[in-house]
Amino acid sequence: MNRHSPGAVLLGVLLALLLTWLVVYPIGIVAADAVRGVDGFTLEGFRAFLARRNEWQALWGSVWISLATVVLSAGIGVPLAVFFTRYDFPGRRVLAQLVALPAVLPPLVGVLSFLFLWGETGFAARLVQRLTGSPDPPWRLQGAGAILFVHAYSMYVYFYLFVRAGLRGIDASAYEAAESLGATRWRTFSRVVLPLLRPALAGAALLVFLSSLASFSAPYLFGGGFRVMTTQIVSTRLNGDDRLAMVETLALTAIALVGLVLVRWVDADGIIGGSKGAPPAARPIASRRARTVLASIAWLLAGFLLLPHATLLLVSLVPLGTWTNEALPPAYTLGNYVTLVSDPVRSRPLFTSLWMAIVATAGAVAIALAIGALVVRRRVPTARLLEWLVALPWAVPGTVFAIALATAFSVHAPALLRFILVGTPVILPLAYLVRNLPLSGRAMLAGYRRLDPAYEEASASLGAGGARTMRRVVIPLLRSSLVAGATLAFVAGFGDFVTSVLLYTYDTRPISLEIMGSLRSSDVGVAAAYGVVLMCVSAAVFLATAEREPGG
Amino acid sequence: MAPDTFLALDQLTRRFGEHLAVDALSLTLARGEVLALLGPSGSGKTTALRLLAGFERPDAGRVLVEHVDVTALPAARRRFGMVFQHYALFPHLDVGQNVAFGLEAIGAPAGDIRRRVSEALEQVDLAGLERRRIGELSGGQQQRVALARALAPEPRVLLLDEPLSNLDPTLRERTRRELREVIRRIGITTVLVTHEQDEAFELGDRVALLRAGRLEQVGTPADLYGRPATPFVATFIGRASPVPVMVERGVTGVLRLRLPGGGLWTLTPEQETGREIEGPATLYARPEALRLGTGTDGAAPGIITSLRFAGASSLFGVRLALGHEVEVAAPLGSAQVGESVGILPSRRGLGGMHLFAPEAR
Repeated sequence: MNRHSPGAVLLGVLLALLLTWLVVYPIGIVAADAVRGVDGFTLEGFRAFLARRNEWQALWGSVWISLATVVLSAGIGVPLAVFFTRYDFPGRRVLAQLVALPAVLPPLVGVLSFLFLWGETGFAARLVQRLTGSPDPPWRLQGAGAILFVHAYSMYVYFYLFVRAGLRGIDASAYEAAESLGATRWRTFSRVVLPLLRPALAGAALLVFLSSLASFSAPYLFGGGFRVMTTQIVSTRLNGDDRLAMVETLALTAIALVGLVLVRWVDADGIIGGSKGAPPAARPIASRRARTVLASIAWLLAGFLLLPHATLLLVSLVPLGTWTNEALPPAYTLGNYVTLVSDPVRSRPLFTSLWMAIVATAGAVAIALAIGALVVRRRVPTARLLEWLVALPWAVPGTVFAIALATAFSVHAPALLRFILVGTPVILPLAYLVRNLPLSGRAMLAGYRRLDPAYEEASASLGAGGARTMRRVVIPLLRSSLVAGATLAFVAGFGDFVTSVLLYTYDTRPISLEIMGSLRSSDVGVAAAYGVVLMCVSAAVFLATAEREPGG
Repeated sequence: MAPDTFLALDQLTRRFGEHLAVDALSLTLARGEVLALLGPSGSGKTTALRLLAGFERPDAGRVLVEHVDVTALPAARRRFGMVFQHYALFPHLDVGQNVAFGLEAIGAPAGDIRRRVSEALEQVDLAGLERRRIGELSGGQQQRVALARALAPEPRVLLLDEPLSNLDPTLRERTRRELREVIRRIGITTVLVTHEQDEAFELGDRVALLRAGRLEQVGTPADLYGRPATPFVATFIGRASPVPVMVERGVTGVLRLRLPGGGLWTLTPEQETGREIEGPATLYARPEALRLGTGTDGAAPGIITSLRFAGASSLFGVRLALGHEVEVAAPLGSAQVGESVGILPSRRGLGGMHLFAPEAR
């Protein structure tokens, strides 16, 4: 397949243009708007940004919170991964799965459950108040500490999952070789295991850094006076200073890109899992007492990690206005769920989110499949560009992306390829599609790279044309990658808050906005019920993908 | 091109960047003939096969079937069946669906497909295994399913890419015999790629030896062994070690070889295949073309350096006076390691003495 067919080349060019228009162009417009004054070019926006102390504070806040989140998440996730991979004790398999459960809470839902659990009027605070008899809440869940707490809870999972996968990829013979060469356990870990884990660690660190840099829900609800860039952008925009908002957007983008480049540079000569084979079996803990103690600690930990989920479920059963200052809600009902289904005003966001996420996912998967074929198999001239364009939305924080789309597509200038999409039902599905394209794109590119080209050649040598080969051979063999990519994109779109909050209209109000609305009107039961729905959908999807994972 | 040529490669050339993977390769096959492409790794044999299959497009040259140029035809329309090195059986389809795949692609009627699938499986001794999953098959069975799948649509040419390399050695020999029987029975024109001499010799009617993208020699196994065209062929096929010699031709056609460090061998005409060489030359002598003959006139003096048991006769490594090494086949016990010996041409006129110009490679 060394020669490109004209059709493939054309499709490659068209897709590159489409993605450039949807990803690069809007950010370019933001950059242009940041330097456009009444009479042409101006650096006024930058001057204002640099001169203001609170801008610097927000920028610095974003950076240090993100770095601290990386350190904290690694500190929790890596030891857990090593522990659950290397040591065997009763209940290990179940616990190893439970520990990953914070992943099923979409960011806004996680924040919501933390509010109910650890907030100043949450369960924990009430319990302490009851025990001490104090009339004042013992703490306030606010500021940098609160943000870090939420971040570490929800993001250590990346380190945990990546490192566990990395450890599973190290063949038992690597440990045995080190041991036979006289290495101590520590030396084996530091000289053999850690270097082999470097790609996993770098990948997790980058993911946590970018997620935490882009994090909006946690600082929005718990930040208080503490400033980070994402919330700063939204408030600047609400205050009407669009040019400054553009400059802030660019500053946040720049930091994300610096992070991306740094990690790529550190991991440039990353060792691609050299060994194939079986990892060593988990070692049973010999001492009975140690086994019991460790198993108990592990169960306690799992219980602690599951508290937010349980809290959410509990609050979702609280009828409106019945819970005031008791430690536990006095009354329970399924009424909130009934409301979600029976009240058209309440059920509408559910269906809105559902159709938008489905449309966005279908589009993203179709584009990802085409890009996989064009980049990996056809190696069209635009291959590198396509791969880069597919990865880019991942590095761009959601707030930035939403602002860029809102800016680019709120003007009617067909000659400049700018159309009014903001305020129409098109903008949110489109935003979800492009923003979650990296998830399905990465899955498809990886799937295609693992797929032996001999299958397609075998199909061709048996007389099957391109379409038949795609339908009968490629798609069935890529099924696990397709499912993985699609489910990740679907979950992200279904629970999205950060882009929706900037782009929604009344008609396209998604679940996340409805949660915020219910919360504002103190209808915590309904807010929690929405949260439980989101949590269950995510959990179902993760369960479905986890089962398929071992397949090709 | 001979009129009975069925398949022809005409000046096929394929380069990857600066690297010439296949360099003006021309070969012809008669209908029903089996040709083995043999060569070390990187010799271009797999690329040549992929050019034939249509997975690669040549930079120059043509592929012809019955004198019709098929170079521009995509693989899907060439009607060449291929067995892949790792079989590439579709893991999501069962055995029957794999074999039916090609028949469906050419639009065969459903009833016909069922019958032809079971026939194809019968041909490879796997009758009745239609509903088996690919993962449940042994390596040998997978190899035969791959063959059945390739043969089911009745291709014009069968291509085999290292068809036995994935099998363990004990299974390999048996599968090789079975493979040969199936190919002969069907009488299909076949090109196979291999780096194993035994495989090439047993399966191929003729063997084409490739090096660095170029054809070194094509012929029957006996041709390649008995009349190597180049020193590379002489050393790649069978054993032979180079020794620089001076060639003197007597008026009667008798040939004398003067060896470095002493030794003067007289060869009968049937013992050498050295063409018209005179003066300095390089001799490639097969172990069985030499004998140990201590104290005989004209023997080249040397010392036994190694001994390898190889069945009926053993292989003695001998270092000649100026350090050149040769191998001599002789009965076990003829000499000991460290013993001084003389080396002479074997008395039997077996051939196996190949002379090349000193600069030839």
